[in-house]
Amino acid sequence: MAQIELRGVSARYPSGGQVLDGVSLVVDKGEVVSIIGPSGSGKSTLLRVLVGLLPPSAGEVWLDGSRLDYADRKALTAARARLAIVFQQFNLFQNMTALDNVTVTPVKIRREPKASARARGEALLRRVGLGDKLGAYPDELSGGQQQRVALARALALGPEILLLDEVTSALDPEMVNEVLDAIRDLANEGITMLIVSHEMAFVREVSDRVVMMADGAVVETGPPGQIFDAPRTERCREFVSKILRH
Amino acid sequence: MPEGLLGQLEVFFTWQNALLWLRATGTTVAMAVVGCGVGFVLANLLVLVRTWPSRWLLPLRVLIVLYVEVFRRIPFLVLIFLVLFTTRALGLHMPLFAVACVTVTVTATAFIAEIVRAGYESVHRNQWESAAVMNFGRLRTVALVVLPQAWTVIVPPAFSYFVMFIKETSLASQVGVYELMQAGKYFNNVGVSPFLAFGTCLAIYFALSYPLTRVGWRIERRLAHRFRRTSPAEPLAAPPVVGP
Repeated sequence: MAQIELRGVSARYPSGGQVLDGVSLVVDKGEVVSIIGPSGSGKSTLLRVLVGLLPPSAGEVWLDGSRLDYADRKALTAARARLAIVFQQFNLFQNMTALDNVTVTPVKIRREPKASARARGEALLRRVGLGDKLGAYPDELSGGQQQRVALARALALGPEILLLDEVTSALDPEMVNEVLDAIRDLANEGITMLIVSHEMAFVREVSDRVVMMADGAVVETGPPGQIFDAPRTERCREFVSKILRH
Repeated sequence: MPEGLLGQLEVFFTWQNALLWLRATGTTVAMAVVGCGVGFVLANLLVLVRTWPSRWLLPLRVLIVLYVEVFRRIPFLVLIFLVLFTTRALGLHMPLFAVACVTVTVTATAFIAEIVRAGYESVHRNQWESAAVMNFGRLRTVALVVLPQAWTVIVPPAFSYFVMFIKETSLASQVGVYELMQAGKYFNNVGVSPFLAFGTCLAIYFALSYPLTRVGWRIERRLAHRFRRTSPAEPLAAPPVVGP
């Protein structure tokens, strides 16, 4: 069953032109879908639309068979409670420690008991290899460590759907693997994931399906084998040949 | 002159006069504390409304901008007369102290609102976005994420402003409020040397302002140390619109 369905979704930033142009996409429960494409193709915007940071200017988003009304505050809040996003720039709260970043939403927003939220937060941080950094502030952590805290923070929300927005692009090459290892583990656990990434080897390895976007539209969708080895569209072939050459 | 001054010292430094100075000092401090305290709360409310992403609040936002821009530019002395005569015209016979407090509040709200707004803007938009996608809501975002980070930007100028306003309240003497400046004028009028009367004013203003300046400096240093953490990218001009 489709867990996420986008029907002809378009979006534009208040300051600029169209960034998504009639995108239609279906993601099934437990599926890992990666979105690839050149810079400015609308990949990250697609994730921002899904979490309501940029409401669509046209088209519809459906979650588990229900149309999401972005103007309806309650509906958006309910949808956001099921989603979690990890941003490219980590976006950790700078005034909070790693553990507070992970526990603030469960404790302050979802009103979970502090002790159990802290215990889960500590366990999640240990799981991503940061058991010794619970009290560290974001600026005391490396980029890779911050990204893993962001991942732990997203997981602490117990999301049904995890959105990952170029989570390795702001990292030094040696830090990329530690983040990818953590995501690889999640993919094996059956959580629905929508991954925007430029790490093609990683995309090929973890994805059930790959979506290639260009100029705000979906160019081609298919299993990794098709997209990387036998693309059906000229635009996809051109993009893949360029990135695989490097 | 020195002989005259020395001769007055014995008459000037009495318990009765000390109580008059104490009362005047209390009024000066109370005007600044009440005005700036209430002003701080109101300023935060204004900034909250001004940055609230709802088109229904647009008329209110325009009014707030007008208020801030106008009242930051009206001299305190003009404003206190305006408040005095407006309240009299409306049949409200408020005590002069209350008139002075209202005036300080009106001005302080406008000035502090700009300081708080600058604090909001110093927080990177990604902090607002993260909070939005985790369903913080606007008030919780401000309370848990934005204000704790904005304190470093808000506190130092707000404290300087408070110290400045302790001195500014001397103009309340023009409408008859018995504060430090008025006390100086009183003692001068009853024959005390102006050097002694206004010298005492000077000494008390300094005694009030200097420790506060030092406290403000300490707070600034402590905050700078605690929040040396900064966002990875430059902040935007205004808090972003992050959904309804």
